[in-house]
Amino acid sequence: MTESLETLRQYLAFPFVQNALAAGLLVALAAALLGVTLVLRRLSYIGDGLSHVAFGSMAVAGALQFADRLSLSLPVTAVCAVLLLRSGRGAKVRGDAALAMLSVGAMALGYLLMNVFPGSSNVSGDVCSTLFGSTSILTLSTSDVWICAALSAGVALFFALFRNRIFEIVFDPDFARACGTRTAFWETALAVLSAVVVVVAMRLVGTLLVSALLVFPAVGAMRVCRSFRSALLLSAATGMACALAGILASVVAGTPVGSTVVAADVLALLALSLAGRLRHR
Amino acid sequence: MEEPLLACTDLAVGYGGRAVASGIGFSVRPGECVCVVGENGSGKSTLLRTVLGLQPALAGAVRFGSSVRRGDIGYLTQQTPVQGDFPATAREVARSGCQSMRGWRPFFRSRERRAADAALDRFGALPFANEPFRELSGGQRQRVLLARALCAGRRMLVLDEPVTGLDPDAARELYGALAALRREGLAVLSVTHDLPAGVADATHVLEIGPCGFFGTKAEWDAHCRERPGGVRHAVGSSLEDPHLLCAGDCLK
Repeated sequence: MTESLETLRQYLAFPFVQNALAAGLLVALAAALLGVTLVLRRLSYIGDGLSHVAFGSMAVAGALQFADRLSLSLPVTAVCAVLLLRSGRGAKVRGDAALAMLSVGAMALGYLLMNVFPGSSNVSGDVCSTLFGSTSILTLSTSDVWICAALSAGVALFFALFRNRIFEIVFDPDFARACGTRTAFWETALAVLSAVVVVVAMRLVGTLLVSALLVFPAVGAMRVCRSFRSALLLSAATGMACALAGILASVVAGTPVGSTVVAADVLALLALSLAGRLRHR
Repeated sequence: MEEPLLACTDLAVGYGGRAVASGIGFSVRPGECVCVVGENGSGKSTLLRTVLGLQPALAGAVRFGSSVRRGDIGYLTQQTPVQGDFPATAREVARSGCQSMRGWRPFFRSRERRAADAALDRFGALPFANEPFRELSGGQRQRVLLARALCAGRRMLVLDEPVTGLDPDAARELYGALAALRREGLAVLSVTHDLPAGVADATHVLEIGPCGFFGTKAEWDAHCRERPGGVRHAVGSSLEDPHLLCAGDCLK
């Protein structure tokens, strides 16, 4: 035990570990906040679909030799998010079918491009680390951390300022529109933020595990909380606590960061479900 | 005569360019209660959505009185499944009715908080204001949603099935609360399946469907007596019998 603590103390002195912790906590915060709205709007799976789109667009950016892959994948994912989140009304293809086709199509295209235009000699290693995050969070540069921090802080600020408006849009969009609230604008804003969070969170836990950051803290908080405000706060706290525990545990135990964080999220959900059940007894 | 808060002329409503109901004409003045009746699927809720601007009118016009502002009209929506597991207190729900007053300001002022509590009190929902909305009974939820509608509209309420999920006592209480509001000058446009109780309180009745009708409550009663089979409408509920309202030949 003391040995692990000693290892941890040594690791924490490294700037790359500090970077990973800072980025991880901020990303988890943003994802947990946004997750509450996605879960409530029955759009939990959208995070997963968007991460596949982000994977595909990252591969395209790699094939096109973009220096900064974020500059392509962020706008592409944002456009897809807007289309998906707003496709509910009057679309010929229903939302879930559109989502399934888009995510699988983007995934296939991405893998195809990564094989046709290999970025390195180890394609399967690249793919694996993109899908599961592997250790990429520990290789983040300081500028990466700043980007993560800025984007996540933006999301958190948006929620802090417009918590009431978000509540109104999610709880009853028809009523909000009848009150003169421009729901299309706010729904688009939420869609763009979802894309931002997914693209940023992919670096932490990888494509396949992103939706865990969105869904687990939100569902857990909803089990326990009685008000929207407390649900947002508890979801954010849970998400950050799990990211902290997961990253530290992975550093000590040498496990992959993404899956360790998600494992912590699963445990937190179980604990919160139990707490919710006890509370409602 | 006072200027109507809302007047519709030759209105056609429907989805995707297909009219469900057409030729609708009616007006609502302060203190009046216009009750919209019609068969299931005749376009009653669609009419309300069109009036509120949630979907475009296919023909005709919806005109509001010159003094009517956004935020003068409150809408009682039908409950959605999303609301069944939403973590929100009754007070948070009622307060969201004040959203148009808030505008771009992020938080509510104490005036708006007080308005929300007053509206909850009006419908007897203050005792459970801090309870989670999802754990309330159907009738309690309906009262909270009515309080929200009242926060949103100080001059006119548009109600979509206000007594859904309410037991007869609660329904009576609700009609009482609405009647008190009307005496203060509030106008009500209400869609209901609850016949005859829903119509009993109305000043005017609007029937949409093949034999459309708009007139005062007295004219409607006479209209029903003349109509073959119209008597039944005093007995049953239109939910069970879709032909109830248009039971015979149209006498128009």
